[in-house]
Amino acid sequence: MAETVNVVCTFCGSVCDDGQFDTEKFKSKKLCKLGSSKFSEKERIKAPMVDGKEVSYEEAIEKAAEILVNAKKPLLYGWASTVNEAIRLGVILTEKVGGVYDQCASVCHAPGTLAVIEEGLPGGTLGAIKNRADVVVFWGANPMEAHPRHGMRYSISAKGLLIKDRKQRKVIVVDVRPTKTAKLADEFIQIKPGYDYPIISALRAIISGNADAVPDEVGGVSKEKLIELAETMKNAKYGAVLYGLGVTQSRGRDRNIENAVKLIQLLNRHTRWVIWPMRGHYNVVGAGEVPAWEVGYQYAIDFSRGYPRFSPAEFSAVEVLKRRDCDAALIISSDPVAHFPRAAVKHLKEIPVIQIDPFPNMTTLVANVVIPSAIAGIEAEGTAYRMDGIPLRVKKVVESKYWSDEQILERLLEKVEELKR
Amino acid sequence: MHHMLHIKNGIVIDPKNGVKAEKMDIFVKDGKIVEEGEISKNEAKVIDASNKLVVAGGVDMHAHIAGSKINTGRTMRPEEMRVVRLIANKFRTAVGRVLLTSPAIGYEYAKMGYTSAFEAAQPPIGALHTHEELDSIPMVDKAALPVFGNWHFVLKYVAEKDMEKLKAFIAWAIERTKGFGVKVVNPGGVEAWMYGGNVSSLDDQVPGFNVTPREIITSLVKATEELQLNHSVHLHCNRLGVPGNYETTVESIKLVDGIKNDSRQVLHVTHVQFNAYAGDSWRTVASGAEAIAKTVNAMDNVTIDMGQPIFGHATAMTGDAPFQFTLHRLTGSRWSNKDSEIEGGAGIVPIAYLPKNPVHALQWAIGLELGLLTDSDKVVLTTDYPNGGPFTEYPYIMAMLMSKKMREGELERVSPFVQKASNLPAIDVEKSLEEVIHMTRSLPARVLGLPNKGHLGVGADADIAIYDLNPLEVDTSNDFEKIYKAFKTAVYTIKDGNILVKDGEMVDEYWGKTYWVDARGKADMEAIKDDLNEFFSKYYTVELQNYGVEERWLKKPERIVI
Repeated sequence: MAETVNVVCTFCGSVCDDGQFDTEKFKSKKLCKLGSSKFSEKERIKAPMVDGKEVSYEEAIEKAAEILVNAKKPLLYGWASTVNEAIRLGVILTEKVGGVYDQCASVCHAPGTLAVIEEGLPGGTLGAIKNRADVVVFWGANPMEAHPRHGMRYSISAKGLLIKDRKQRKVIVVDVRPTKTAKLADEFIQIKPGYDYPIISALRAIISGNADAVPDEVGGVSKEKLIELAETMKNAKYGAVLYGLGVTQSRGRDRNIENAVKLIQLLNRHTRWVIWPMRGHYNVVGAGEVPAWEVGYQYAIDFSRGYPRFSPAEFSAVEVLKRRDCDAALIISSDPVAHFPRAAVKHLKEIPVIQIDPFPNMTTLVANVVIPSAIAGIEAEGTAYRMDGIPLRVKKVVESKYWSDEQILERLLEKVEELKR
Repeated sequence: MHHMLHIKNGIVIDPKNGVKAEKMDIFVKDGKIVEEGEISKNEAKVIDASNKLVVAGGVDMHAHIAGSKINTGRTMRPEEMRVVRLIANKFRTAVGRVLLTSPAIGYEYAKMGYTSAFEAAQPPIGALHTHEELDSIPMVDKAALPVFGNWHFVLKYVAEKDMEKLKAFIAWAIERTKGFGVKVVNPGGVEAWMYGGNVSSLDDQVPGFNVTPREIITSLVKATEELQLNHSVHLHCNRLGVPGNYETTVESIKLVDGIKNDSRQVLHVTHVQFNAYAGDSWRTVASGAEAIAKTVNAMDNVTIDMGQPIFGHATAMTGDAPFQFTLHRLTGSRWSNKDSEIEGGAGIVPIAYLPKNPVHALQWAIGLELGLLTDSDKVVLTTDYPNGGPFTEYPYIMAMLMSKKMREGELERVSPFVQKASNLPAIDVEKSLEEVIHMTRSLPARVLGLPNKGHLGVGADADIAIYDLNPLEVDTSNDFEKIYKAFKTAVYTIKDGNILVKDGEMVDEYWGKTYWVDARGKADMEAIKDDLNEFFSKYYTVELQNYGVEERWLKKPERIVI
């Protein structure tokens, strides 16, 4: 029976919940290019495999449990593209086997988390921005390519309570190169790579009445331009800085965000401003929030002593692998072989690897145990957090032969408990 | 698990049923308290409670234990997570100093003999997150109070004086959030914060709406009473944390003068300590507790809770976003803020209460004054966890309320500012054991509207705490150390008839219920349909069809239909 149903998109951090999906044709409407490619027929891992041989789910999970229990210190990594219910089981599993829990943020937005520890996060939901923001600054972020519907739904042309028209909102893009988003902006400020920190410092100086201390040019931006930007910020009724990897993964990293948060603190003495990261994967926020309530930290958590320890420079996946400090790995909904530095991948090739993923990727090639899973948002339901932390329940709209991540992890946890008894 | 229990020879205090330290047996079958004849003696597990105090499990009616606020607090404060309470083994690992992980919250309540805890501020759009965390808290029953006081639907219906729609909206919202009652935080003030402001009186206009805080409070009380919700409006007053605010608190309390409800209060004013300051600056600040206690005592339809600060670390987290910014400016500490759609906001700021700091010592004194001067039938013991500090220090407050001698000792180590700015040193009141048991059990259960909680009468939930304290022998004025120690860890904690704690150690993990109230039958739900469609299509970033929490997503939901 052909049916078109509402779907909540499970691609990027925008988690658009207005998608339409034809369950017969397996085709979506309303979603962006990225979303509709996820909501379409794709190559799948056919069946569970152990050492390249097709096996049953039970057999694959049994083998995975053995690997985890026999390891001294397994690494359990990924989590950003699955639902909270699975993540929670993953945290409990890591605790049980005395391993390391880490998630995609550690190679992405984690510097923003460090800045939260330094200064906090004065923010708001995307709905607050849509309704109220008359100035939006995208800093090192390019939503038109990374979060294609963000601008329309939440930030650039979104209309709401106080902003009834695109003309009532000033959109500024700060980046090292002209991007697709810059083309839509009212103003594009091109900065020299690696100069985010001094530019933010200059803005703080100007806004706090110390413009004298600012040189004629900072990071490729003239003092005049900086004064103009500072004035725009001060005169906004409700402003939002939305930052991307251009800030977290360039020189300064967490210090850039810390400085930006201090700028927001200062601006709130004059008017209202919020700041928020443009998170990537659809549930990378959940991959940090769930362990935070279960064990106190968002990522880079080591359980080898039976209690959680947080240390980003030690326990993030790349560091653990580079140090050869894990003797097995479970990789879920992620592809570290494609994205991690060579030295980290090298160790991953040398240890037993379990992969849980709906789709084959580079990591499949090094995995000893491959467990295919149902696609959350299409074949499995569960909770995901939009980039602003708003929870949305992603839906199961078609039946599937694949087990969900939640089912797989539940069984795996049971098996591990059996073996440890 | 035993489905029958015989708790033998304990000394029972059960204020709701008029039992004042009497030696008697308690019988439990299938999770409920039953008559002796209901159980067969040779099948029941016998618990010898000789010379021990037997009471109902504690009920925490106001704590921030689940959701985006406490979790942002955890993320912002890894230094809070360094205290290791339990290494993973039979139970989950549990960590946290004042901010605790979800497993640690359940474990610590259980060890203390508490069996129910209510999350006091659930951001409506984040309702599902709150429930995910509640579902990760073992041992206790729980529920959440969604926040209404700045939600645009509310402001609109109050402005239009449309009670039918307001009632329907409350019923709709409580169902969608799987919430329990109507929480109001700084009504109108958080909306003003969206423009960088706040409100400074009950009669300020809320920007963008033709309403005042006074109208928001009175309308929500009226609607809640007409719906006959289990719990009354639960109010965090305007002007929190501002010297001189006690007048606003008194004024707010008097708004419900003349409104009646036979089974409970019609207004609960929460963490009143933070709203009980006289003076006009932090230099001239003084206690306004006496005036508030007098007002509450003179009325028969208002209850309060203390919001007692505990010296040491704490984390301020409230839906009162403008106050949190003020606190950040005052202390220079880290600050998180969350403006939420068109519903409200929140803020989180670390703090530490220092005994030698004049203002902190005064806050500590004011909390105690409220506890001592207010009728024991009208004031519930809370720390507004984690705003005033840890809930694990409730035994400290219990002991302090019962002992002037203990207070005198404590007064010696705090700032002398307390001597002139508060009345605490002059207060001779010593609450009885029965009174503090009431303030931590039967009273919060009544205030919340939970008839099966907080007592040991036949039919009550078998939530029971046994403490190593003989009420017939203890001298509560002098044995405060013994009292503190006894209430810190229960000899037994029994939840729904299951023994969870024995001799202060956990013996079993258990998952309690999540209560939610379904009042849809009490209002014309059609009345708000068009408004919901309009507001969601214009001002929300989620579809109406995707907003809210379904019962089947929760671990152990318990729907209360009214």
